[in-house]
Amino acid sequence: MKRLESIKDLDKLRESIIEKNNCYQKTITICGGPGCHAIGSEDLRANFEREIKERGLADKIRLIFSGCHGFCEQGPLAVIRPEGILYCKLRMEDIVPIITETLVEGKIIDSLLYEDQNVGKVVYEKDVPFYRSQKRLLLEQNELVNPTIIDDYIANGGYMAFGKTLLDMKPDEVISKIKDSGLRGRGGAGFPTGIKWESCRKAKDETKYIICNCDEGDPGAYMDRSVLEGNPHLVLEGMLIGAYAIGSETGFIYVRHEYPWAWENAGIAIKQAKELGLLGENILGSGMNFDIDIARGGGAFVCGESTALVASLEGRAGEPRDKQHLHTVESGLWEKPTNLNNVETWANVPFIINNGADWYSQIGTAKSKGTKIFSLVGKVKNTGLVEVPMGMSLKEIVYDIGGGTPDGAEVKAVQTGGPSGGCIPGNLLDIPVDFDELTKAGSMMGSGGMIVMDIKTCMVDVARYFVRFLKDESCGKCLPCREGLKRMDEILTDIIEGRGTMGSIDLMEELALVMTDASLCGLGRTAPNSVLSTLKYFRDEYIAHVIDKKCPAGVCTSLITYSINEENCTGCGACKRNCPYEAIEGERRKKHRIIPELCQKCGICLDSCKFDAVEVS
Amino acid sequence: MELSMVDSIVDSHNRKTWALISILQDIQKEDGYLSQEVLRRVAERMDIPLTRLYEVATFYRSLSLIPQGKHNITICSGTACHVRGSNRILNELTRHLEIEPGGTTEDGEFTLNVVNCLGACAIGPVVVIDGKYHGKMTPSKTMDLLEKCRSKE
Repeated sequence: MKRLESIKDLDKLRESIIEKNNCYQKTITICGGPGCHAIGSEDLRANFEREIKERGLADKIRLIFSGCHGFCEQGPLAVIRPEGILYCKLRMEDIVPIITETLVEGKIIDSLLYEDQNVGKVVYEKDVPFYRSQKRLLLEQNELVNPTIIDDYIANGGYMAFGKTLLDMKPDEVISKIKDSGLRGRGGAGFPTGIKWESCRKAKDETKYIICNCDEGDPGAYMDRSVLEGNPHLVLEGMLIGAYAIGSETGFIYVRHEYPWAWENAGIAIKQAKELGLLGENILGSGMNFDIDIARGGGAFVCGESTALVASLEGRAGEPRDKQHLHTVESGLWEKPTNLNNVETWANVPFIINNGADWYSQIGTAKSKGTKIFSLVGKVKNTGLVEVPMGMSLKEIVYDIGGGTPDGAEVKAVQTGGPSGGCIPGNLLDIPVDFDELTKAGSMMGSGGMIVMDIKTCMVDVARYFVRFLKDESCGKCLPCREGLKRMDEILTDIIEGRGTMGSIDLMEELALVMTDASLCGLGRTAPNSVLSTLKYFRDEYIAHVIDKKCPAGVCTSLITYSINEENCTGCGACKRNCPYEAIEGERRKKHRIIPELCQKCGICLDSCKFDAVEVS
Repeated sequence: MELSMVDSIVDSHNRKTWALISILQDIQKEDGYLSQEVLRRVAERMDIPLTRLYEVATFYRSLSLIPQGKHNITICSGTACHVRGSNRILNELTRHLEIEPGGTTEDGEFTLNVVNCLGACAIGPVVVIDGKYHGKMTPSKTMDLLEKCRSKE
């Protein structure tokens, strides 16, 4: 690759790539996001590539193996352009028909289309209800690029925003633009990005660092990885613009080690950008120097907190420090001014520069601007990544986009904000996604996990799940968090195992206040949120555990019993064969029975019964 | 692991402290764990106190000071998998293998790990066995897979 010496060179390169790509009549994009990858999209790609080559179509059909498209439930996915045809749940045997019928002859294969229960078969991706209500500013780009090919990004207008800042804007103007856009940090707290940049720029030190936080530790959340692994150059461009505005020459991307494709793709992107002269010294002949390195995380949730992440980068245990008196923007990495933003925040920056602050600030609500990516998961029909304008109600996201629960049951709660967030009950789903509204409801935006729960989800169990998660992840530096979470886990376990009293609930509420007030960092201060929000909205369920010794959702094993409904039992013997504890008796073709003394409540009988005869009470 | 290999891994990261976790992960990828000998060598080569290395190696979940089993079973305990019943799978495995998460069976066959989230929520509950993802798992399906692992040998 020839090094680019100016913005003109970049424009020329773009034109030549577009011209080169003009030879392709069709493009087929196979989703290589985490969900599709896990069910074999890599093999599909390899076979598609071979078939296209063998049929002598390689100069007419372009195959893109891209990042996540979002509609994970229907994966593996493929989109055929220019038409925008969406094919779902692809199998190996679909490859040849797709090539011969759709790509060559232009025919639609009905059996591969998405079928919606209300509108029937849908041909085009844009018409699928899951996509229709979204505003896919960032995620749409994922479908257009192969993350390991910089040409794809450049052809789609990549690095234009950076070129514009270099050519036309002073650093202060960039900061004003980001401030005017109303962009707030997507990592969780929602701090105004422009103000953070300004503070870092003003900090008195020649050396400044910028960091991209991709230590996405929230369970049930995969937005950041999908952006970084699906479109790494977008993040690099955002960081380049930030480096220019702040005056930094060194950047780091801190990535969870569990996300190998994210750090591999980011690494490839950095190498390519360096070769082209978009990173390194004298970038595009402007005199600007900026370089990015990748640091892998070690699997510690607390490292999502800025000061803990900084400690980790310094080669120490990821323990946070008090931020009240010393901010990272003034004294962060190696005690130098450090600006840390989340992946999604950085990825929004090029859009703001290209389209203007006014354009951006028109999307969203009064105080929450732009779009937000959520990972919509749990008991929801259309699991996937969704990107919506701020201000859309939770109801629209869960029902219109997510399609409600898989069996049509009522949504009991939606959990947002990860372990630091809370559960919003089904009757309050009119709340818009907005930093402040979600906080008011006792939850928070967080980085974008959205977990749907139905009547079979026990809220006490959910609260303990998050408390245990945080107990395991607490770094142990401060006492309220370290000990508070342990005690909270014990109290919740007492409740779940039938030993709780009303006093347990009072004690937990008192403990929650102490932890909120006295913990050192955000992890400890927000740790009681799951308990407080479930107590606020689902106190009845706690009382059922404590007073009636019952788990209404049928989850807490100490409080439930398994039995066989004689009317439904056909005597097939599947449960008896599969029970590892020999706790089921009954002759073939006769009614079976669970022996309570032997039953370990593992639930294997429930999974193996095809006749709904195993009941939980 | 040959100590020369440790040196070359450390050097490939230019001995930078910010890459310490990556260095230890790369070493662990070869051996399955971090031995005392290896940690001493890294400390020497990077000029970092051994106590600091021990602090890091014990703090981060991805690093292990104990040898791993022949087969690695990882259960995703992300929220999406949890509400779909991953806990039942975990309970069943700990009972069956008689080990806690992070542990290795006495015969050295299986190591059981729990991960916070793999980002494959659409196919949850997810169980990963020796790097291969298995979606929509139940306790009985997981047990079948373990038996297959055993019978392959």
